[in-house]
Amino acid sequence: MNASDNHVHGHGDTHGHGTRRDYLIGFALSAVLTAAPFWLVMTGALGDPRLTAGWIIALAFIQIVVHTIFFLHVNTQAEGGWTLLALLFTLVMVAIVISGSLWIMYHLNSNMMSMPMPPEAAAASS
Amino acid sequence: MHEQTFWTMLFGRLSWESIPLHEPILLGTFIVVVLLGLGILAAVTRYRLWGWLWHEWLTSVDHKKIGIMYMILGIIMLLRGFADALMMRAQQAIAFGGAEGYLPAHHYDQIFTAHGTIMIFFVAIPLIVGLVNFVMPLQIGARDVAFPFLNNLSFWLTVAGAVLVMISLFVGEFSRGGWLNYVPVANIQNSPDTGPDYYLWALQIAGVGTTLSAINMVTTIIKMRAPGMTMMKMPVFCWTALCSNVLAIAIFPVLTGAFALLMLDRYVGMNFFTNDLGGNPMMYWNLVWIWGHPEVYVLVLPAFGIFSEITSTFSGKRLFGYSSMVYATVVITILSYLVWLHHFFTMGSGASVNSFFGIATMVISIPTGAKIFNWLFTMYRGRIRFELPMMWVVAFMLTFVVGGMTGVLLAVPPADFVLHNSLFLVAHFHNVIIGGVVFGLFAGMVYWFPKAFGFKLDPFWGKISFWGWVIGYWVAWTPIYVVGLMGTTRRVRHFDDPSLQIWFVIAGIGALIILVGILAFVIQIAVSIRNREALRDTTGDPWDGRTLEWSTTSPPPPYNFAFTPRVHDLDAWYDMKALGHAPPAEGFRPIHMPRNTGAGVIISALALVLGFAMIWYIWWLAALSFVALLVYSIAHTFNYDRDYYVPAEEVARIEGARTAPGAA
Amino acid sequence: MARETLEAAPAVNPTYYLVEEDEHHAASGGGTLLGFWIYLMSDALIFATLFATYGVVSGNFAGGPSPREIFELPLVALNTAMLLFSSITFGMGMIDMESGRTRATLGWLAVTALFGFAFISIELYEFASLIAEGATPQRSAFLSGFFTLVGTHGLHVTFGLIWIAVMMVQIGQRGLIPENRRRLICLGMFWHLLDVVWIGVFTFVYLLGVLR
Repeated sequence: MNASDNHVHGHGDTHGHGTRRDYLIGFALSAVLTAAPFWLVMTGALGDPRLTAGWIIALAFIQIVVHTIFFLHVNTQAEGGWTLLALLFTLVMVAIVISGSLWIMYHLNSNMMSMPMPPEAAAASS
Repeated sequence: MHEQTFWTMLFGRLSWESIPLHEPILLGTFIVVVLLGLGILAAVTRYRLWGWLWHEWLTSVDHKKIGIMYMILGIIMLLRGFADALMMRAQQAIAFGGAEGYLPAHHYDQIFTAHGTIMIFFVAIPLIVGLVNFVMPLQIGARDVAFPFLNNLSFWLTVAGAVLVMISLFVGEFSRGGWLNYVPVANIQNSPDTGPDYYLWALQIAGVGTTLSAINMVTTIIKMRAPGMTMMKMPVFCWTALCSNVLAIAIFPVLTGAFALLMLDRYVGMNFFTNDLGGNPMMYWNLVWIWGHPEVYVLVLPAFGIFSEITSTFSGKRLFGYSSMVYATVVITILSYLVWLHHFFTMGSGASVNSFFGIATMVISIPTGAKIFNWLFTMYRGRIRFELPMMWVVAFMLTFVVGGMTGVLLAVPPADFVLHNSLFLVAHFHNVIIGGVVFGLFAGMVYWFPKAFGFKLDPFWGKISFWGWVIGYWVAWTPIYVVGLMGTTRRVRHFDDPSLQIWFVIAGIGALIILVGILAFVIQIAVSIRNREALRDTTGDPWDGRTLEWSTTSPPPPYNFAFTPRVHDLDAWYDMKALGHAPPAEGFRPIHMPRNTGAGVIISALALVLGFAMIWYIWWLAALSFVALLVYSIAHTFNYDRDYYVPAEEVARIEGARTAPGAA
Repeated sequence: MARETLEAAPAVNPTYYLVEEDEHHAASGGGTLLGFWIYLMSDALIFATLFATYGVVSGNFAGGPSPREIFELPLVALNTAMLLFSSITFGMGMIDMESGRTRATLGWLAVTALFGFAFISIELYEFASLIAEGATPQRSAFLSGFFTLVGTHGLHVTFGLIWIAVMMVQIGQRGLIPENRRRLICLGMFWHLLDVVWIGVFTFVYLLGVLR
């Protein structure tokens, strides 16, 4: 019967919003993580576009995590963990919506568009 | 010529031709609605009720009153939606061979679109949201929801959407694109009229209301439970309300997005869902069904919660398998987001995609089946009282299981290639929505009515309503299953094969039996109000309930609980009754309450004007109402004085009056 | 009434009610931040819908221009920098808010708004030059998707600018009272979430678009 201890309420106004240090670390990381992909694409340093694409996607995901931790201050403690849970649930939903749509529509195109229009023909027809 | 441009600027594409004076059915309906409306306005004025209506109801931020207003909206719209159903049944029963029936195709298409749209968005959603609004805060021992003003705003935005749909009946026309306003029918090339625009604006405005309401309910459940009520001591209805609203938050943005893209196609000439310049109509289907399938669970999960509460109460037992019920609900919530493609297996995404979604669909039936067994085991060896709510539960179990099984049939992709867009499918989803959601709503309304108003509903008329619905459902939909299995397609106004006619005549008779059920429900309410003294419940706990809403009086005071209850057990009120609870009779403290506000009504009215102006291309009015909406909303944030204290003496007075006569 | 259970009632058990209340149920108190966070999650799903749609139509040029022909990465990099600066300046404002320094908070808010305004101006310039080149939203599904996704983000930033202005007036009127602090925290979450969305935009729309 320790039920009342588990009860989540509290007045919200007191949860942490990060220190100056947090913000500066976040900003520095974020600046690097933004500059790197732009540099990779604009200079073509890696040569292979597929490899470049893989890197910039990876960097984007890392940067999203950095922003979530240092700017949005999501952690396991805030609001009894509910913000984190809400975020994870949303990420799953976002992943389902985007990857599901792309998967379905890609298969639709490859199955139903038996004669893909070459770019020149498309240009001529418009 | 010059004059015409002036009028076009002033009224957009609105003109006298927009009003269907040449259609006798619409004109007749219009006259009846106007007379009825004038009668109500006159009565309100005659009895000087405007002030009371405005201060006590329309501007109220009390979750109980908002819940009741949602229910009233849902019931009014049910009458409209059911009128559409009767018209379709009549048309299909007579339009065979040489007989064309009485509805032209143009009108018939609007009717089936309006029927589906209204029944889901303006009947099922308001009724479910209304019940959750009324019951859930009481069940968790809270004094109101987390955002009381937002709750009022959500309700009025839903009303604004409903009003737009109703206006489309008499000014212009409604969409002909089916209940999800499908492209390519709803593209500007194929429907340059106002129909799809009415649909889009009505649902966007109401959709904002539904999303805000869902955010509100989730926050309330997470933050405002009574001390001691851990998540696993929360009544099942609250769990289902939580999952339903979480799901609503996850899906309504997708619908809003899809509708916004279609609006951009229609208003700005973009090419998302067009047939040329790279547009892809099937992407619209993909997006609306990402919303559409989970929406079924948004509606049915709270109904499952209602059945759980009622089964437990009327069997006099704790719910069997509480934690399995909770897990089943959570699993359904997640899985329901992974099945949407089964609505368009025939689109052509191929075997791998179809198999994944087919299997995911079948998997959902497992947790749902677990729930059915939980209810059965709760009843097993219970002392069952077959009162009206319990009758609805049994009818639900018998009906819903059939609908679930036809659903599993449809989940098999090869079978779906035969049954897609057939009346078998139509019978299936009416089976689960009437058998699941509607029966659940009636069970819930009968069950919680005494909590809301302090007297029970008349059981005699309730039973007539019950049998009308149950018998009517089976008579109306069994023939549709049969003709659907034979290959009859949906949304058809006229059939050539006369051998099918008998099935549609039987279905029409079934619809009339359901009509008896609906009328009996209305009569039931009227009779109960007349006999309210005989049906009065003074205990606040007429059914020997188990959860906290029964621990306060009926109807509850504005602040719900003078002293916040402390929870030790799952069935908190049953526990209190068993071990002896003594509500303190003195020592009342001032209670902090939110203040009523008219802002919700005003913002929604402006949104309604904005929608109407956009539908009719009245650009100046649209701009004006948009600016007004923005300015008024900002001005509203400058009001910091949003709550007050009910003084302790006032609490003591209310409590004294409530508990004094005949308290148990 | 089946009330036989009541017969067994033992002595008074006061722990069934909270006699000494400490404002657990303040009408609009504790839930705001969580509620606003949940709203932001729903907003993120709107963006997910737009990203998904853009992803599906991003190759449908219909004979019109392709990303490589129309995107100017230096301009996008500049714009990204504006948004990133506005994030750190907002963060500085939050730190001053926590220390109760009203004037400094207002100052940082103004700087944030300037960066945000620069972002919107650059975006509008980009849109205007695209349209002038004939790359209009109506030209192809790809362009419809591009303008809608980037434009929706821009509309959010615009709304954020209006909110910052309103917030500055309200802080000026009443100072850093608890209500205003709560609103400022919500505004901060809103502003930072737009950053996160922009990471997706510059990566998946601009950079990957130029790569393909």
